[in-house]
Amino acid sequence: MSDTADPAASAEIDEQTRRDFLFTTTAAVGAVGLATAVWPFIDQMNPAADTLALASTEVDLGPIEEGQSITVVWRGKPVFVRHRTADEIKSAGEDDKAELPDPETDAARVQQPKWLVMIGICTHLGCIPLGNKSGEPKGEFGGWFCPCHGSHYDTSGRIRKGPAPNNLPIPAYNFLSDTKMKIG
Amino acid sequence: MSEKQMHPIIKWIDYRLPVFSFMEHELHEYPTPKNLNYWWNFGSLAGIVLVIMLVTGIVLAMHYTAHVDYAFDSVERIMRDVNYGWLIRYIHMNGGSMFFIVVYIHMFRGLYYGSYQAPREILWMIGVFILLAMMATAFMGYVLPWGQMSFWGATVITNLFSAIPIVGDSIVTLLWGGFSVDNPTLNRFFSLHYLMPFVIVGLVVLHLWALHMHKSNNPLGIDAKTDQDSLPFHPYYTIKDLFGLGAFLIFFAYFVFFQPNFFGEPDNYIVANPLQTPPHIVPEWYFLPYYAILRAFTADFFLYAYTPIAWIMSAKLAGVLAMFASILLLLLMPWLDGSKVKSSKFRPVYAMFFWIFFLDCIVLGVVGGKPAEGVWIYIGQATTTYYFVHLLVIIPLVSRLERPKTPPESISAAVTSKAEG
Repeated sequence: MSDTADPAASAEIDEQTRRDFLFTTTAAVGAVGLATAVWPFIDQMNPAADTLALASTEVDLGPIEEGQSITVVWRGKPVFVRHRTADEIKSAGEDDKAELPDPETDAARVQQPKWLVMIGICTHLGCIPLGNKSGEPKGEFGGWFCPCHGSHYDTSGRIRKGPAPNNLPIPAYNFLSDTKMKIG
Repeated sequence: MSEKQMHPIIKWIDYRLPVFSFMEHELHEYPTPKNLNYWWNFGSLAGIVLVIMLVTGIVLAMHYTAHVDYAFDSVERIMRDVNYGWLIRYIHMNGGSMFFIVVYIHMFRGLYYGSYQAPREILWMIGVFILLAMMATAFMGYVLPWGQMSFWGATVITNLFSAIPIVGDSIVTLLWGGFSVDNPTLNRFFSLHYLMPFVIVGLVVLHLWALHMHKSNNPLGIDAKTDQDSLPFHPYYTIKDLFGLGAFLIFFAYFVFFQPNFFGEPDNYIVANPLQTPPHIVPEWYFLPYYAILRAFTADFFLYAYTPIAWIMSAKLAGVLAMFASILLLLLMPWLDGSKVKSSKFRPVYAMFFWIFFLDCIVLGVVGGKPAEGVWIYIGQATTTYYFVHLLVIIPLVSRLERPKTPPESISAAVTSKAEG
């Protein structure tokens, strides 16, 4: 960069010249410009505004009888909403002291004990566990059973046996009224 | 970077796959005439615009739906909901116009300085094919938003093929995949619009291959003979091309950010309606000169009515053929021009006709954008006539009759004599 016909300058060949400065600053501005231009092309793959607008789902809890579960779709994923029986709530509370692979109390997993709301995707490899419909196997702990690789979840949706590492995750939700809930 | 300076790993790879010495040879050492002016920037600019079009186009295809019921809405969704969708679409939309601006300047540069002459005939001809491929791509891309101009543009252009005797109507049905421009047409246009840019990339590779065989022409139109006449491509022309790119991107960005619909038609923001034609259909600006030539051929146009053309074909077919001929004739430029001297700098008479031809193309473009009525019909017919007279009569005659000035001995001699003078 520093070579020039001027003998005075070539004597100080290691000196920073005006040309070096211009070269570096120009390249830096160009690099920043390029990086700025690249960002929109990456960000366009993120969820669009209309996709985000559909990011929450409202659920009418009225028709769900005690002991019944429904599956609702939230952000393209199944969410289990279970109206738990008194027995289920009791056994979930008792199992707080059992040996749990992913320790968590039942109270920490619900806002109202009778409503258990979880994302119905097995934490092992993403299958949907059985047990949400009547007649489906509920596993050894009376909750859910994943047929893919044999994970058993209890009445609080906690992993008890099998290869899954974590409890079924709880989505963000809140109750709008006694019979209405908003997920997301 | 000679072989000795190579890093051992680079050397190992290069011995097996010589990408590094190839790049060194074609992008670094590559001897380039030292007298290139800024008109020589437009080749690399065209290449960069092609890349911008590919990148934005691939991204748009991630969000676009090629179906008559959804296409228009999916484009509006890109504009309103997709993150930076408005920016990416406006770059792509205006990028089409930028591509043609750059390529047209690149072509007029070639015409002025005789860049098509031996031994660069094939280089030039590949360029004409690139233009044709660009036109097909641009036309099909314009159909995709499924607005009124998309639909009626597609209808008019596909109907050009109905001018072909006997099989015309069958060909049009084949193009449509139905009995009018409809969903099958939109689907195939989307498929081909995605394909064609890669065909262009292939043609560009051939174009560059041919270019690197005999290197760039230059404003003097004489061959570089000694090392004194050329400079290594890097850093001299990489930096010059980058500087030109900076200036060009400012021009490009002005339209993207401040006048994004300058080159477009408002009617294309109305969803396609097969039952109603807009009152005034115009193609995109880069097609206007050809459109003017197409429309010039009416039953009473003297170039048609008083020539043997009228005995053998309809005015409609003559117009369609003239339009295609206006581009295909450019393939013959290396032979139409019989001059021994390339650059118009040394051919004053030819240079004058070049500028008349340039103006003629501009006026054809203006005429193409006007309704076909009143005085515009006659202006269109006069400029169409001149277009063909220029290519088929003036160039062959002037290039063979004019006695050009003597070009300098060498590129470096031209520089030193100027410095002394």
